[in-house]
Amino acid sequence: MKAAAYPVPALRAPSAVSNTLTIAGRELRDAVRSRWFVLYTLAFAALGLGVSFVSAAGSGGTGLSGFGRTTAGLINLTLLFVPLMALTAGAGSIASDRERGMLAYVFAQPTSPVETLLGKYLGLGAALAACLALGLGACAGALAARGLRTDPSSILWLAGLSVLLAMGMLSVGLLISALARRTSVAVGTAIFVWLALVFVSDLALMAGAVALRLRIEDLFAIALLNPLQVFKMWSLHAADASLDVLGPAGLYASEEFGARLHPIFGASLAAWIVAPLTLAALALSRRSPL
Amino acid sequence: MIQIDHVTRRFGRAVAVDDVSLKVDSGESVALWGANGAGKTTLIRCVLGLLRRRGRITIGGHEVRRRGKAARMLVGYVPQELGFYDELRAEEAIRFFARLKGLRRVEGAEELARVGLEGHGRKRIRELSGGMKQRLALAVALLGDPPVLILDEVTASLDAVGREEFVGLLEGLSGAGRTLLFASHRVDEVSALADRVVMLDKGRVAEVLAGGAFVARMRGGAVLHVHIPAEHRDRAMRALRESGFDPRLNGVGLLVPVAHDQKAGPLQALAQSGAPFSDFEVLSPGRAARGKTRNSEATS
Repeated sequence: MKAAAYPVPALRAPSAVSNTLTIAGRELRDAVRSRWFVLYTLAFAALGLGVSFVSAAGSGGTGLSGFGRTTAGLINLTLLFVPLMALTAGAGSIASDRERGMLAYVFAQPTSPVETLLGKYLGLGAALAACLALGLGACAGALAARGLRTDPSSILWLAGLSVLLAMGMLSVGLLISALARRTSVAVGTAIFVWLALVFVSDLALMAGAVALRLRIEDLFAIALLNPLQVFKMWSLHAADASLDVLGPAGLYASEEFGARLHPIFGASLAAWIVAPLTLAALALSRRSPL
Repeated sequence: MIQIDHVTRRFGRAVAVDDVSLKVDSGESVALWGANGAGKTTLIRCVLGLLRRRGRITIGGHEVRRRGKAARMLVGYVPQELGFYDELRAEEAIRFFARLKGLRRVEGAEELARVGLEGHGRKRIRELSGGMKQRLALAVALLGDPPVLILDEVTASLDAVGREEFVGLLEGLSGAGRTLLFASHRVDEVSALADRVVMLDKGRVAEVLAGGAFVARMRGGAVLHVHIPAEHRDRAMRALRESGFDPRLNGVGLLVPVAHDQKAGPLQALAQSGAPFSDFEVLSPGRAARGKTRNSEATS
């Protein structure tokens, strides 16, 4: 035994909110500084501008207002781009920290796995929202500058729903990341999930409808399970488009649920945010951070 | 200050820590000693709450599982090697971890100066050497002046000079009355820092020695003379140093001082590194010293 006992400092462990915001702030700063954020933002803005001008030229000068070619083009771009961006950003996050030993080091501080997860979620979510706002804002600005009719409520609806979709996909990405031991595995799985949601699920739904002779209400219920389908239906619905452009299931949804579609779509996307995040929190709390 | 009661941790069928009980008093410096795989790092990770385990661990009266945040408020932790975020600047790292410890007004430059990193605050982490990163980890561990420091083979990745300087820093911190729990397989480090040495073997506490008794035993160890082809000696030296041994070149091979119960350690380290050896013999320390003198005379 050596010198007298060291005095215990009169410090209280920081609150969950404080830790969550600290981690979110660092995550946001890291994301903004990183190449992926810049590349995704530039690519999204460039593709968005391309889609907007090509669509506007073909529609005789209609910009982002109600349902038209421009809106449809941007919805389809968002459907492809945003899930890929959010899934890979989430998937790389926890797994890379685990690989470099940083996750265990952060957990060795007075913080909890749930605070770390929520901080990462909020920070990355803010970065994604900024990326989408910049991209869609550039599209709207360019269209307006060219004198094409652009309704602010349309762009706000599209931006809001894109952020909701991004948050849902980010949640799935973080779940993949919490379960994976290696970054490469996590990102690979995220790309596989993206392919499944974007391409395979549509084909499977069509094949299932024919092979199993699914009823129209079952088709709609199954479509609600895919966040991309929900985003597509909700965006069209918000743009005052009739859902019959989506076929019999859309027609059924319009007639059967009408104004109640907003809360139905909202609940579905909210479930895609909450459920994977909850599972990720459980996985992080139970599994070793090493 | 740290109370470990009947802690067991398994990885599948393998038992990494087997029913370990240990008490570290306030102000005491305790070393966990043992070969690779003895359970030192696993035990430290259990103490920090990073691994689930059977048994009970408290730090300053706070149960690590139930009141983990309160327990970890009392602890500064330095791991063996840390992959900080490369793009972060040293001062930013200090500020980030200070906030996680509930400290709002922290001067990064002051905290860095404490560990000899003055003037490096604006450097990105990727620009720091291994030794500087370890010092940065120590600066983070010291934020908020925690009464407990937990160190996991912190000098393993440092060169001889860096190791000496780092141990010097730790001696100062330990002397100030902090409680130290550290894992090491370097005799010089344990001799310099430990009041008590807990010898771990296959996850169990094999023996607990006072610091002085440990040093005496180590001095009474043996010296292994390993015959290694000339072209492989540099690699062998590196592998042995990384495993905590202190080899010296001698004639047709290397002389490696070892504890009396760890004579196979250097051979295992050489086998793992892929450095070939053709023969070995166990010498008493006196005979090894005489041999060294003869060789020096022959060389001169």
